[in-house]
Amino acid sequence: MTERPLALLPELLLLAGAVSTLLTGAFLPRERQWVARLVAAGALLAAVLATLPAVGERTTVYAHSYALDAGTTAARLLIPLAGLLVVGIAAGRVAGNRRETEFYVLTLLAVLGAVLLAGASDLLLLAVAYLLSSVPLAGLAGWGRDRRGAEAALKVYLVGALAGVGLLAGAALLTALGGGASDYDRLAAGLAGAPSTAVAVGVVGVLAGLLFKIGAVPGHFWVPDAVQGASIPAGALLTTVPKLGGLLAAYRLFAVAVPADVVDWPLLVAVLAAVTMTLGNFAAFGQADPRRLLAYSTVAQVGYLLMAVAVAGRAERALPALLVYLAGYAVTNLGAFAVLAAEPHDTLDDYRGLARRRPWLAATLVICLLGLVGTPPTAVFAGKLTVFTAAWDGGLAWLVVVAAVNTVASLFYYLRWLVPALSLPSGPRPLRPASPRGPRVVAVATAVAALLGAAGALPLAGLVEQTLQR
Amino acid sequence: MLSLIVFTPLAVAVLLLCWRGLPARAVSWLWIAVTVVEVVAVLGVWWAYPGEGFAYEVDRPWIPGAGAGYHVGVDGLSLPLLALTTVVFAACAVYSLRRQPRPRQFAALFLALQTTCLGLFVSLDLILFFVFFDLSIVGMYAVIAGWGHGPQARRSALTFFLYTFLGSLALLLGFIGLYVAAAPHTFDMVALTRDPPTRGVAGALVLLAILLGLAIKTPTFPFHTWLPPAHTDAPAAGSAVLAGILLKMGTYGFVRIAMPVLPDAWRRHAWVVVVVGVVSVLYGALVALAQRSFKRMVAYTSVNHMGYVVLAVGAAGLVAGSDAQARAVAVTGAVTQMVSHGLITSALFLLAGVLYDRGGTYRMDAYGGLAGDTPRFAALTAVAAFASLGLPGFSGFIAEFQIFAGSLGSAPVAVAFALPGILVTAALFLWALHRVFLGPARHRLSATADVTAAETAAVLPLLALSLLIGVFPRLLLDVVEPAARAVTELVAR
Repeated sequence: MTERPLALLPELLLLAGAVSTLLTGAFLPRERQWVARLVAAGALLAAVLATLPAVGERTTVYAHSYALDAGTTAARLLIPLAGLLVVGIAAGRVAGNRRETEFYVLTLLAVLGAVLLAGASDLLLLAVAYLLSSVPLAGLAGWGRDRRGAEAALKVYLVGALAGVGLLAGAALLTALGGGASDYDRLAAGLAGAPSTAVAVGVVGVLAGLLFKIGAVPGHFWVPDAVQGASIPAGALLTTVPKLGGLLAAYRLFAVAVPADVVDWPLLVAVLAAVTMTLGNFAAFGQADPRRLLAYSTVAQVGYLLMAVAVAGRAERALPALLVYLAGYAVTNLGAFAVLAAEPHDTLDDYRGLARRRPWLAATLVICLLGLVGTPPTAVFAGKLTVFTAAWDGGLAWLVVVAAVNTVASLFYYLRWLVPALSLPSGPRPLRPASPRGPRVVAVATAVAALLGAAGALPLAGLVEQTLQR
Repeated sequence: MLSLIVFTPLAVAVLLLCWRGLPARAVSWLWIAVTVVEVVAVLGVWWAYPGEGFAYEVDRPWIPGAGAGYHVGVDGLSLPLLALTTVVFAACAVYSLRRQPRPRQFAALFLALQTTCLGLFVSLDLILFFVFFDLSIVGMYAVIAGWGHGPQARRSALTFFLYTFLGSLALLLGFIGLYVAAAPHTFDMVALTRDPPTRGVAGALVLLAILLGLAIKTPTFPFHTWLPPAHTDAPAAGSAVLAGILLKMGTYGFVRIAMPVLPDAWRRHAWVVVVVGVVSVLYGALVALAQRSFKRMVAYTSVNHMGYVVLAVGAAGLVAGSDAQARAVAVTGAVTQMVSHGLITSALFLLAGVLYDRGGTYRMDAYGGLAGDTPRFAALTAVAAFASLGLPGFSGFIAEFQIFAGSLGSAPVAVAFALPGILVTAALFLWALHRVFLGPARHRLSATADVTAAETAAVLPLLALSLLIGVFPRLLLDVVEPAARAVTELVAR
């Protein structure tokens, strides 16, 4: 019997959390909106806790349309936790705003959409999850209701709609080619005998949607503008939550549904990975606004993450590698955004003397930015190491070389931010601009997690199942 | 035991960072106390070392999924470098007494750096090695960027960081290549040495990546360009650690990883290493000869001295037509040279720091006649310079003699080309001494500018140890020789 509503308990909790947050917020006066924040945080936490009993599960439910396996479990743990950190970052920035509750509701819905994206084992469900996670993102980007927020929202919405058309068309084509089956298990069997050109067109269509979601080339255009235009907590969410869901969805699609002998998707994904990381890094070079710099850095990071997708199903440890990197990336990237939220400035030079004003914040910035470079012993180093190893193991040694060269290049722009932050201007101790506590706490917490991540996350990776459920 | 030695400095560093109210004097003395305890601890390890093979091994799973473990241990190759590290860091601690701005952070940084250096030399796992290798770069970047002098300090630090980071990633690529080629997949050096995984073209490519990484760190010609600016702008203690310890990480990598794990590729491409070594020897010596700045000159002699090491390890790979004993002598000479160069060059850089502290410049023309005004400084510098140019009685002579004697059989032409390097080095040091210490005075320093007790206490032990090894080389060679023979056999299989 595979129809068990309780199997979807974490997802249901997120949905219920979104509804009750909305209702709570609607009936509360503006100065008491923090109750809605607590409800949202509680829902996210409950989703994480509800996942724990189901950690070892390996099955699919609802006619093979939703998988419960290592990938989904990781998504159910990581994505709500990332959402929780976003709520923490938002605590200082959106508190007291008229639409504070809306922010939390949209966050919960975006988290829910991303989790469904990661767990979908059926093209139709994938399309639904895509839409469910796209609409809240546009809302979040425009949450501030200012000129730049409107631009950000429009970009996210239009590019998302365009990519969504590709995804829907691709899904329809693949379903037709697979003999009318849309769940990955039967799709894989159906596609094995299908004409490869048509399958390739369908794969490219579906991939277009997912590339938009994760902000990889060619669907990366919205990332810098949206991050710059949206509020900082929204930017943190836009560059973390959908990436987690989208990358797991892409991994699942390729590892389970599309046979590599029909379409040479590994090469396609590998080339996309190489282009994405290179473009992200080189575009980040010239940025003076820390938000745009971080946005391009997330594009580059997706390039490294796609390396694990490119060897999906071919390298023994591709899935653990992807999960370790995703966890490290989420924590480290949110840490960098938390620093940004704690002390927002428009140019990198404004961070001059941060080490003196706020030594803890500066230390966090050092750990997070060097972590994003992949300096040991941070969590992203663990991710990079495992992903590089998996990619080489899967026969993509050239891609590993490209990624290593890119890593050196990336050091350059991260240092452009670190150098002013660590420089010590002479003169009296500068005044400390007011800074909300929420982001600062999140920043330091994520920095500790990022620093100890390699030691903590990696032993867990050994326990991860290496294949996904059909 | 080893873990305790490695991580104690880091623990004290964290303590120092958190304890804001600690007075500067207490910081200095705490720092000195920790480094001296480290020296004693490593001497104890040396004392109890059985003489052959790995001792004090600890092998714990660390990243079971990725095949990396926390595997540490010492043998005849790492033990001398471990001792060298503690001695040089102790000298830096003594030298920095009442000297640096922000002493608390400076001491914490150096203690953390000491952990990375010690950790690297005891690592028997490639990932552990890489972690310490990379962290040493970050630490040294902070030293140069934070405490460097000169208008270019940040730029030099950035060059250093980018350049050596590139090297470390090349190294990582090589390590991943080894991991993927090994069956079962592992990063463990001992397992990889037991069963060398790669052959043919793949082996050559992996060796290329590893050589690139190590050559940048060593540095050898043509990858040395980060070195002079980094040294020029680093604080004296930073330069001493950079030249004395960090450069050794590259050459240590040759004997610990490249030679035993890739014997096939090493034998086939040893001539490349020999050529690079000879070019480094000559190029380093000639460029050093042309320098006007005392510190830059010492920096370039490092390229020269590391060139001898590279020449020796290359010659040890030319198996055809040479006997095993000679090759073992070459490897012994290489390790001795690492220790010797570490001691002498650290002393020279600390002395260069004294010069800058008193005169405000490294330009040798700005001084002259210092021998009369600051006799103790002149004596120490002269001794260090003579030790560095390979005078018999000092460790440098023992090392270079062994390198040439061991390499002559397998690479006679290379040795013939490299020999003039010694002559040039002798000339440049004598000329430098001449310019700084003899002739009419062109400075305004008085006798009060002479070295202080703390500075003497920092430099003198380094030179004394060099003298000790020069006079009683067996103290060192008894430990190094069995390990060097083992490496030679591993390469020849």
